[in-house]
Amino acid sequence: MNPSGFSFHADKWLTGAIALLLFLIIVITWLIRRTTGRVNKVSNRQSDEMQRANIMNQVNELTREQLDQVLRYREEKKHHALTSGETSKTILPLLALVIGLLSSLSGMAQDTAPAGNSLLSQPGILITVILLLIPLLAALLILYTRVKRLLQQYTDQQRTKEANQLASLLSNTATPLIEQQLLQRKQSLEYTLHHHELSGTLPPADAKGLLHINTHPGLPVVPLKRKAPPRPQIDKALSKLILAYLISAAAWLLFGTTVGEYIGIKFVAPDADHIAWLSFGRLRPVHTNAVFWGWASLGMLGLGYYIVPRVSNAPLASIKKGWYALAFLNAAVVLGTISLMAGINNGGGEYREYIWPIMLLFAIGLLLSLSNFIQTIARRTTKEIYISNWYIVSAILFAITITVVAYIPAWQNGLGETIIQGYYMHQGVGMWFMLFTLGMVYYFLPQQLNKPIYSYSLGILAFWSQIFFYTLIGTHHFVFSAIPWWLQTIAIVGSVGMIIPVVAGTTNFFMTFRGAWDQLRDSYTLPFFLTGVVFYFTGSLQGTAEAFRFTNQLWHFTDFTVAHSHLTMYGIISFFLWACIYAVVPRLTGREAPQLSIGIHFWLALLGLLFYTIPLMIGSTLRGLMWMNGKPFIETVQFMLPYWLWRAIGGSMMWLSHIFFAWNLYRMVVPKKQVDITETAIQRLAMEPATVH
Amino acid sequence: MSLFDDHKKLYTTALLLFIGLTVFVAILPAVYNQRNNRPLANAGPLSEAAQQGKQVFIANGCVACHTQQVRNIDMDRTWGERPGIPADYAGIVRTDFWRNTATLMGTERTGPDLSNVGNRNPGRDWNLVHLYNPRIVVKESIMPAYPWLFEQKDSAAKNDIVVNVPAAYRYGRPGTIVAGREALQLIAYLQSLRQTPLPEGGTEPSFLYKREDKKPAGTPSADAGKALFATACQTCHQANGEGLPGAFPPLKGSSVVNGDNLELYVDIIMNGYDARPEYGVMPPVGTNMKFTEQEVMALINYERNSWGNKGKPVNAPEIKQIMELIKLKTSKQ
Repeated sequence: MNPSGFSFHADKWLTGAIALLLFLIIVITWLIRRTTGRVNKVSNRQSDEMQRANIMNQVNELTREQLDQVLRYREEKKHHALTSGETSKTILPLLALVIGLLSSLSGMAQDTAPAGNSLLSQPGILITVILLLIPLLAALLILYTRVKRLLQQYTDQQRTKEANQLASLLSNTATPLIEQQLLQRKQSLEYTLHHHELSGTLPPADAKGLLHINTHPGLPVVPLKRKAPPRPQIDKALSKLILAYLISAAAWLLFGTTVGEYIGIKFVAPDADHIAWLSFGRLRPVHTNAVFWGWASLGMLGLGYYIVPRVSNAPLASIKKGWYALAFLNAAVVLGTISLMAGINNGGGEYREYIWPIMLLFAIGLLLSLSNFIQTIARRTTKEIYISNWYIVSAILFAITITVVAYIPAWQNGLGETIIQGYYMHQGVGMWFMLFTLGMVYYFLPQQLNKPIYSYSLGILAFWSQIFFYTLIGTHHFVFSAIPWWLQTIAIVGSVGMIIPVVAGTTNFFMTFRGAWDQLRDSYTLPFFLTGVVFYFTGSLQGTAEAFRFTNQLWHFTDFTVAHSHLTMYGIISFFLWACIYAVVPRLTGREAPQLSIGIHFWLALLGLLFYTIPLMIGSTLRGLMWMNGKPFIETVQFMLPYWLWRAIGGSMMWLSHIFFAWNLYRMVVPKKQVDITETAIQRLAMEPATVH
Repeated sequence: MSLFDDHKKLYTTALLLFIGLTVFVAILPAVYNQRNNRPLANAGPLSEAAQQGKQVFIANGCVACHTQQVRNIDMDRTWGERPGIPADYAGIVRTDFWRNTATLMGTERTGPDLSNVGNRNPGRDWNLVHLYNPRIVVKESIMPAYPWLFEQKDSAAKNDIVVNVPAAYRYGRPGTIVAGREALQLIAYLQSLRQTPLPEGGTEPSFLYKREDKKPAGTPSADAGKALFATACQTCHQANGEGLPGAFPPLKGSSVVNGDNLELYVDIIMNGYDARPEYGVMPPVGTNMKFTEQEVMALINYERNSWGNKGKPVNAPEIKQIMELIKLKTSKQ
């Protein structure tokens, strides 16, 4: 398989347009054939025997009212003796004509298709063919509607005929058999239960307000899930701040993954464009940084602004500072994106591509949030600090630390740069994204399950062991490189040590789920949490497996790393973020998203992720083996193409799911312009002076 | 416990633990490596053009797909003669006030490693065509095209380097396409990427996890010849042996390949060729890649038996003899 030559410059899209038109023509031709086939069925159906049996069946299909009518009619008729006649015609000859015409036309349609191959590469010829195909398509469409109408008329006639026959049968008072059958049928239809067999006759009462009856049931396309329970009012100003964070995050998710989707496509169609600002090398860091610093970071901080005051049982120290932080963070990602596309970057270390003045803005945003959170915690009215706040505040502390370490030039020459890079990129994901997200889960998961976390101590164990082991593992990105061998070994040992916090965390979450699995069925947030927990376990342990020296030979430098980072940053971080966002926004706005589109978001994201990662992991394992066996490099590029295509397909599904997510967020935030009956009635009452009765 | 109820103590403890580990695992090793490694004495500094080219390389994010590290494992022997050592990177310092050091080691090998690409890849002509659109010379490549590093002119000026771009890859761009300043700088940088040989007498670090040779030494199979051709020759002469008109000559039906002048044939493989003005210059591929007589034999036998060629098969001893003769000649010149 070779890379596709697709380009917006090329004339090839003309060929695509022709293919599309031909496809449409074939579809319509098929539809017409199917319709005419139905005509044949209708006209062939009636033998005399069958007709009789059919009519008897129709007697049984009569409803109670119809039976009453018939019986009344028969009564009357017994008094007057009368008969009725019938007429019938057939339009078969006409039909035969239409079918003949049709098949000759559809034959023509197929004849216009592929001409000579050499001619088909000429744009002029292609355009002409398209121009010919368009009217043909229109003609077929018109023909199709005509045939359909004709068929309708014909079936109506046939059915009228049957109705006449039935009427004559029913009106024939001379047959006592029919009379008996009708009466019997009437009796069985009229049988009903009296509906109080089980409930008794007392009126129902709901003294404790336990029942919530949906008075406007819609069409049940998906099973109805539980609504978000009402919560104490959140400060309006804080709500606004949190929503601003979450909306910015969603915007960066859409932007970042649109870029990601495009560069994924470039693996299979490298000539899609030839614009410097859109070239692969520049867009790749735009994608990673936008989803890191834009989507995930802003989403986490937004949720942090909800959790920290809530578990401290104190108002947020300063809402104004929160807005400043948001402005700094957004400015960093906007400027960073522009500078990367313009070709200005820090020198190639992953996630460190923004130059320092831009990253400084980000760090200021973090510092503002940090001081805000710590001040809030200092004013807490609870004695202990809930574990979420351990994770969240530490994550910000560590994120600032690693940024400072990564950007100070004092230890960045030669191999120093590489050692710091390994440390920085891995602490970025582990001590910032993972730690913060765990903090969120420790708050929202018990809340959504409506039960306490299984073990506080396990959470504490996971916290300290995560700091201890995670900090060591950075250089496992440079195993076998020129950096000191002992440092590589420490990184590998630390990666194995990561089993402790991961197993502790996963156990804690699963045990919290235990005994409450039934809630999974009727909640729309819990599936997101569960997916996140499962990927937390598998994704993190996969990281451990990748760190070993043998697996480094096999997987390092291949797209296995890319699959792994999507399993974790997407499977863990993004799924947890969505879970928490769907849990918190209805509390802030009082509006929920349509459950159908939440379901679509969930399944598209999950299936997309699997389509993205699994082929990529298989392909890159095989590619690694080819490298180890000394196969020529270009052969391994060619080999990967089908797997890259699958990645693009999975990526498209993920991207589509984000559109649904954005829509859901919109529906949760923006009120629907429709009069709410109860709300308006209450408002009316409020407006009327209470003295008037 | 008071630690858990006092936010100051709690967060200070966590931060100190983290910073302590950071110092131990990142800062100290980084400082140590920065202080105690020096570049090899025979590693010359980058030329002016190559330095500029490195900036082009950074700006366009080439590191996203190309590593610059030869790991000390056998599978990386394709990319260099020896594993990378700290000295290889020791000379790289902060780019400028705004930008950090760029060792460009990379983490993805979507494309080939570039540590030694200056020795491996053909000359400037090939590089220019490849940079304009890689698929002109390597059909299977998925590397981006970089037409914006080139200029379009009605007619080439005196000093312009004209790039021969086939119509299919012009996407309607008319006129003559000449190499831009940045393209030439980038290529100067790529050609400067060569592993510096270690000083005589030093012990070279070895490659680990050696592959076991299943076949007895001395009889490379036809597959070995094909693989060598794919790695070293195919980018110019193409998999079908037909070359590229106006750039690289065909081997299919070539008089050198099929003829009896084995000395010329081996000489071209080892030391390159520039005798025909209608084609680009061939670099000394064999010398750059340190071909052994076994490898040269496998390559010649492959080329003489492919694409309808019917040359006489050769054996290792006669190649060895010719190679020694050629070496003697070139050293006398």
